[in-house]
Amino acid sequence: MAGKTLYDKIWDAHLVATTDDGEAILYVDLHLINEVTSPQAFAGLIEAGRKVRRPERCLAVADHNTPTEGQDLGVEHIDDAESRTQLEALAANVAEFGIEFMPMGARQNGIVHVVGPELGRTWPGMTIVCGDSHTSTHGAFGALAHGIGTSEVEHVLATQTLRQDKSRNMRVCFVGEAPAGTGGKDFALALIGRIGTAGATGHVIEYCGPAIDALSMEGRMTLCNMTIEAGARAGMVAPDDATIAYLKGRSGVPQGDAWKRALDRWSKLYSDADARFDQEIVIDVSEIAPLVTWGTSPEDVIPVDGVVPDPAQLTDRDRRAQMEKALGYMGLEPGTPITSIPVDRVFIGSCTNARIEDIRAAAAIVRGRHVAAGIRAMVVPGSRAVMRAAEDEGLDQVLIAAGFEWREPGCSMCLGMNPDRLAPGERCASTSNRNFEGRQGRGGRTHLMSPAMAAATAIAGHIADVREYL
Amino acid sequence: MQPFTTLTGTAVPLPMANVDTDQILPKQFLKTVKRTGLEAGLFYDLRFDEAGGELADFILNRPAYRTAAILVGGDNFGCGSSREHAPWALLDFGIRCVIAPSFAEIFYQNCINNGLLPVELAAGEVERISEEAQASPNGFVVDLINTQVRCPSGTIFCFAIGDIHKQRLLKGLDLIGDTLQYASDIDQFESEQSW
Repeated sequence: MAGKTLYDKIWDAHLVATTDDGEAILYVDLHLINEVTSPQAFAGLIEAGRKVRRPERCLAVADHNTPTEGQDLGVEHIDDAESRTQLEALAANVAEFGIEFMPMGARQNGIVHVVGPELGRTWPGMTIVCGDSHTSTHGAFGALAHGIGTSEVEHVLATQTLRQDKSRNMRVCFVGEAPAGTGGKDFALALIGRIGTAGATGHVIEYCGPAIDALSMEGRMTLCNMTIEAGARAGMVAPDDATIAYLKGRSGVPQGDAWKRALDRWSKLYSDADARFDQEIVIDVSEIAPLVTWGTSPEDVIPVDGVVPDPAQLTDRDRRAQMEKALGYMGLEPGTPITSIPVDRVFIGSCTNARIEDIRAAAAIVRGRHVAAGIRAMVVPGSRAVMRAAEDEGLDQVLIAAGFEWREPGCSMCLGMNPDRLAPGERCASTSNRNFEGRQGRGGRTHLMSPAMAAATAIAGHIADVREYL
Repeated sequence: MQPFTTLTGTAVPLPMANVDTDQILPKQFLKTVKRTGLEAGLFYDLRFDEAGGELADFILNRPAYRTAAILVGGDNFGCGSSREHAPWALLDFGIRCVIAPSFAEIFYQNCINNGLLPVELAAGEVERISEEAQASPNGFVVDLINTQVRCPSGTIFCFAIGDIHKQRLLKGLDLIGDTLQYASDIDQFESEQSW
């Protein structure tokens, strides 16, 4: 019998029962909750007279609607009544059911996928779910973590389990040494550019290889975060010394003897040498250039030294029509060098790229330089903890001196549920995860890239090659 | 959940690949705390101009398709955000079935959990249904019991769906109630978990 993959092992360890008709009931170790996808779940629970089975396994964080300035004024001062209602609903629901909550402005608040790991709540080998597709972020720690819908949020609240079909196993091996100016974001874009946004549908991806071994935990989180953009249910990296070093000493991890037992447990979390993967992909990162998206899907990727592609060169009628539509929306002409495209806005933030390493990378590029005239550039740290760390290092001052706005944490302009969004036609260099039509604001045009690339772009005023700024 | 057995209705073709849930229901409509009232937000940026006026060209605004119950989409339908508001908005509009060559996973699961039938057929078959719906939109039948899509022309397409999902849709099952029947297994699992 073939060995087990990491995913197989975590699956087996969480299998509570198989129903009479053959469906797995999988235990959920940690349930993260936000204000957008939970109100209907709590309402359903209340309506059915059900309880939250294990409130201590839930952690609620306000993040999607929170404005990125004036948070100390409190929720009651948020202009948008609907945003206020949603934030108030979460506060009421967590109070009713006794769930730990990091409200807007609290010391431990931030984007839930930044907060979980930095508090040490994300552990290797856990099953973690949240009503948010970017829950895949937590896979960086060797956890099985993925997004769920609101009906499933209600199901997890009531039963601490999920009904689930097992996914297939995919392994993506990153080999070679990442060149200066590239990192986790480029790895993610390289993969999605290669296999497409449905390339991993039905699979859980395990990332491995020398370039992953060398990647920081922040970089691994970025990569796992964007796994959902390749269609996979989840992405994961087996825990190693870097994982342990990141977690050690954080408040949410097991303490004392329990820490030692946890290390022993976590040391068994790897794919067996003879484990079988349904699909294997190898990507050599040694030759990659920093990557940028040109279109309206995360798979529309080109190297920064490339040009906007030409639909006339496509033979497939549907793909040609799609590309023409994307170019029309983006207001781009085929053959245009990507570095000649001017931007209006720069957004450094989101659960993809707003951790301390990302802020450091941006600050290193802009130190002693200034944002180009006419450009509005903002940095939205992923959490209060990231914000404090950056301020302790003086990075906020570097960014402010360079002409950036230094904002308060939240999901912000990744999806624009708060006041931060693009105006129609505005073009944005963004460190977020989706360049869908209208994602950052109706008519807004998004180019995805790494924080260092976005910082260089802010300085240049057009999409820039970060390697010229190192 | 309302059971799904057989649906007869108008089919609306939307032959676009990678229709994401941001398109199906843009962010401003996620601020509700209810599951209903999302009809107006469905495909908002495609259906309405910035002033809120209807865009006459968009197919859901054309008189023949306003009462559509079946949406015929493209590859990777429902990709992106996990927002269940997307299937809620489709249901609110009156769509109870989406036919496409492939679906994004979370969206597919969200459909099943709301009694909205996702039908997967080969790309060529979806294209034929789409073409027929452009010529004559009414009288399509989606029969879950026999797993068939029957077009008004008489053409029949058989589709595959996992038996678990099929039964859940046919019965309109309360999944939480069903899982709670395994409460003793969950208790035991928790008592044995080592941390």
